[in-house]
Amino acid sequence: MEFTDEQVQRYSRHIILPEVGGKGQKKLLAAKVFLVGAGGLGCPVGYYLAAAGVGTLGIVDDDIVELSNLQRQIAHNTKRVGMPKVESAKKTFEALNPDVKVNAMKGRLTKDNILDIIKDYDIVVDGSDNFPTRYLVNDACVMLKKPLVSGAILRFEGQVTTLLPHDGHCYRCLFEAPPPPGLVPSCQEAGVLGVLPGVIGALEATEVLKLILGRGDVLKNTLLIYDALKASFRRVKVPRNPDCPICGAHPAITKLEDYDAGYCQLGG
Amino acid sequence: MKEKAPDKKIDIRGLVCPYTFVKAKLAIEDMEVGQVLEIVLDYPEAVSNIPKSMQDHGQAVLKVEQSGGKDWIITVRKEKD
Ligand SMILES: [Zn+2]
Repeated sequence: MEFTDEQVQRYSRHIILPEVGGKGQKKLLAAKVFLVGAGGLGCPVGYYLAAAGVGTLGIVDDDIVELSNLQRQIAHNTKRVGMPKVESAKKTFEALNPDVKVNAMKGRLTKDNILDIIKDYDIVVDGSDNFPTRYLVNDACVMLKKPLVSGAILRFEGQVTTLLPHDGHCYRCLFEAPPPPGLVPSCQEAGVLGVLPGVIGALEATEVLKLILGRGDVLKNTLLIYDALKASFRRVKVPRNPDCPICGAHPAITKLEDYDAGYCQLGG
Repeated sequence: MKEKAPDKKIDIRGLVCPYTFVKAKLAIEDMEVGQVLEIVLDYPEAVSNIPKSMQDHGQAVLKVEQSGGKDWIITVRKEKD
């Protein structure tokens, strides 16, 4: 494939980088990335991946745009209140870069549909903010051996990690099972500084680009924790658990399950 | 030793920075190590920028010469993929 004049201009700041170049840009254009959620994290991740020229983006989300989302979910806008989030995100990303094809799916990932939905993508990005989805996505990615970039945000703190199944840790190596609903912060407690998902989403997008380009180090076996109030980053080592119920030597979990939805939907 | 004929030539007259380097870099990426690229250009700043950038990227600049009028010819040998 040859770049058009427009592409040479659009991606010139990438092409100039020795670590990217024309070859790297072609890898980005050929890449397929699946975003779980078009909320706080999904918006900046998708926005930057679209800008970078990642050729195919899949997005799933069940929600519609609400005014209360707009404090942080930057791919949506006031006129789109009431529109499905995936539709709004698709409009925004495709308007930013016509090289990007967005496959929008309004709905929920379940144990019955997830494997089929994500199987054709190279990388999955978890921007959900509920435990049932997080575990479902983790388990599906381990089963399909698909790289998963995972982010989470709450109040002033966020974290990012990159799961490379059967090579590095997975989410269950860290916490074997979802916490019971009572231990999860309630909705009232779950405020979030509007810019925080932007920071964490940009870090997730960076991980994705490095995975596609095969450059640099990703957050394998590492949790990167950002504290916005302290303006500090912390790295925590996460070893693989040899007895992990899904990626260990003798996995107890051999099929996907849907956890009870008795959790507050924080909506990213 | 006789000068080796270039393996590829690009004419980027009319282009300005940074597209001069972008085009030159794209051209050299598609070549094999050891091959020589000849670049014809007329943007004055690029006459010094392209050789510098090519060297920064590990390529060997063989020649920078004015070819009459406003045109310049830069020849670069690919040393590094
Ligand atoms: Zn594990």
